[in-house]
Amino acid sequence: MASKIKLELVTPERLLVSEEVDEIIAPGYEGEFGVLPEHTQYLAILSIGVLRYRKGDEVRKVAVGGGFAEVTPDRVVVLADVGEKAEEIDVDRARRAHERAEGTIKDLSLDDASYSKMRGALQRAIARMEAAG
Amino acid sequence: MANLRAIRKRIGSVKSTQQITKAMKMVSAAKLKRAQDAIVAARPYARKMREVVQAVAGRAGKDAHPLLSSRETKKVALLVITSDRGLCGGFNSNLLRAANRFLQETRENVGEVALYVVGRKARDFFRRRHVPMRKEYVGVLGALSYAHAEQIAGDLVDGFLAEEFDEVVIAFNEFRSAISQAVRRDKLFPVAFEQAKEEGSGTEIDYLYEPSREEILATLLPRYVEAQIFRMLLESVAGEHGARMTAMDSATNNAVDMISRLTLQMNRARQAAITKELLEIISGAEALKG
Repeated sequence: MASKIKLELVTPERLLVSEEVDEIIAPGYEGEFGVLPEHTQYLAILSIGVLRYRKGDEVRKVAVGGGFAEVTPDRVVVLADVGEKAEEIDVDRARRAHERAEGTIKDLSLDDASYSKMRGALQRAIARMEAAG
Repeated sequence: MANLRAIRKRIGSVKSTQQITKAMKMVSAAKLKRAQDAIVAARPYARKMREVVQAVAGRAGKDAHPLLSSRETKKVALLVITSDRGLCGGFNSNLLRAANRFLQETRENVGEVALYVVGRKARDFFRRRHVPMRKEYVGVLGALSYAHAEQIAGDLVDGFLAEEFDEVVIAFNEFRSAISQAVRRDKLFPVAFEQAKEEGSGTEIDYLYEPSREEILATLLPRYVEAQIFRMLLESVAGEHGARMTAMDSATNNAVDMISRLTLQMNRARQAAITKELLEIISGAEALKG
């Protein structure tokens, strides 16, 4: 009986997290989901948001920008398109990106080609601020 | 006997060439280190991606997604990855020769080839031969990021799904070690995976999917292609720096040899000039005596 989960969070550019953790909460495609040890085999698309994991009493946060999570009873592999640990995030930069995206998106209609792109940028900025703050 | 001053000048110019090649070698060594680190950093993602795609695609079967199912090959897309800069030995010419041969053979035996090229060297090569290119990506290798791989993969996947071609082949230099690269030609997709055994072998339980398996596959496979292309781009960049380092090292050695040969020649010429002068003085003195 495994009492810990091996969390591996990788992005195309680097290995971000590789640790034994107790619990993971990830932003799934249809809402957040939590993973404890002995979870069933599960494969989910991740949306843009904050991934949290708990190690003892300590909770850490990582901002992820979409990707996949593969869950097996003793292991979680997260393939994130982009990822930043909370302590690496430049809050000022995220805030500026947030303001910029918000400003641009106000002037766009739903049909604009760049609308979904800007919405992605806005969501990423929000996720980064949430993870850091 | 060669002119003393001409030889001195020649030595000077070889020396400055040597300095340049030496500097280029050191720059390449530093860049190679960084490129190697990038490969190592990208490896976990590519490996995990492969595992996950393998697991899902193996269960889903061949018909689950167009990228998995092979159809009759009438047109082929060829992606050629070279470097933007030269002075790296046979790095580009070996690859381009192989790519060109493949191009001719495919045209004769299979059908049309849509050409996608990365790197200025490949573009210039095919432009000189008046081979039309579908798309060229020039100047991306200096500051390579995942976004470039996304763009290239996107173009190729779109073309494949629109049935503009039925197979994608990629020609690139594989990074073996700092001093050795190998020309590789791989079929990128349709992706062939081993099918999972129909009989559940006990431990192999299918996943719960969120949303559905088909939707996951449809987003997973293009990313798998991206990750593959990204890896190949990184390998090519590392190989380029390795090749340049080797080429510049031998150029520096050649310059050293040349300088020592020229110095010998110069000393001989100097000695001959001195001897000649002495002879002239002595014979002059002899003449006065008489």
